[in-house]
Amino acid sequence: MFTRDVLQLDCAQAVEQICKTLEKQVRGTMKKRGAVVGISGGIDSSVVAALCVRALGKKRTYGLFMPERASSGDSLELGRLLATDLGIESQLCDIAPALEGLGCYSALDHAVKSQFPEYSEGYKFKISLPSILEGNRLNVYRLTIESPSGKQQTKRMSLESYLEVVAATNYKQRVRKMTEYFHADRLNFAVAGTPNLLEYDQGFFVKQGDGAADFKPIAHLYKTQVYALAEYLGVPREIRTRPPTTDTYTMAQSQEEFYFALPHDKMDLCLYAHNHGVAASEVAPVLEVTPEQIEIVFADIESKRRFAQYLHMQPLLVG
Amino acid sequence: MEIANQVRAFITENFYLDDSFELKDKSSLLDTGVVDSTGMLELIAHIEGAFDIEIDDDEMIPENLDSIASAADFVKKKLAEKS
Repeated sequence: MFTRDVLQLDCAQAVEQICKTLEKQVRGTMKKRGAVVGISGGIDSSVVAALCVRALGKKRTYGLFMPERASSGDSLELGRLLATDLGIESQLCDIAPALEGLGCYSALDHAVKSQFPEYSEGYKFKISLPSILEGNRLNVYRLTIESPSGKQQTKRMSLESYLEVVAATNYKQRVRKMTEYFHADRLNFAVAGTPNLLEYDQGFFVKQGDGAADFKPIAHLYKTQVYALAEYLGVPREIRTRPPTTDTYTMAQSQEEFYFALPHDKMDLCLYAHNHGVAASEVAPVLEVTPEQIEIVFADIESKRRFAQYLHMQPLLVG
Repeated sequence: MEIANQVRAFITENFYLDDSFELKDKSSLLDTGVVDSTGMLELIAHIEGAFDIEIDDDEMIPENLDSIASAADFVKKKLAEKS
């Protein structure tokens, strides 16, 4: 019988296995002296940092906070809280000037203005997908702007504005990764990747951005299991109780608005069920939705998996 | 040109089809991997421009756009509504 318990994890055993592997990978296989972790204030990077400290030690774990204009203030606060809690050395590197110089913000302004000419200073925006639970919708993004007075407007994104927004926001993840590698190079450390299984499987990452790393210690764990590890590892409660966010656009945005069909706890269960051949009719009552809606989520999982193939692909060679 | 042929011409010109692959009118463009989600945006933009129609948000469903046949039927319906 399918229940939420399928995602239960023996945390002590999981931590022991990850730490053993992580130490061997970083110090043995890669011959590096430690690990650099980009700390976002979210659950995944917090758990990865805590695992690195366990596996490699405080002095061999280096934290980086890399906010930019759209980052919420509490991301930095929570990141600092974690670094202090773990007792690791860390550094603040504001990436906004680099993004400004690269033209990231002007490209975003241009893309949004092409659809909403009134968009100007003081406005905020986000992009989102329609809920597929309302029907089997195509994944076509919508752009929402909010004026300084709080008035919101939404439009379907044109191909050009969608591609420009994606290209510009991907700069953020890529500049962060470049910064992580700068510090990894100067310290002779390896770079930690922070995706969980849901993100890794479904392509919720930027190629050569947060998708790039030397090792990915939680990419085999469902997000629900990452939360369980966070509690086991003593990650501060403020981080564990914060709802997941993309922290990428100036308007607040949940991960399910941006990418996933359902909140992560339900998405985890659907992904598990789909991977293990559990019928939609068995999953539906556990998630309190209809079997038809579960079938839509299963189809969406496959669709995102196809998209993720390109993201995971190594450069292709001839011969 | 007949609507279905026009949609087919756009797809074969803009997306890669392996020589051995036969794209049938009723084949799913997404499931066969001919078109990805960005490609679907291109197809939508083409259909709106070529046939001078506007596709509403609630019409963005696979039943309307995920095959040559369904896209052609959908365009015909939209053009009939316009006239």
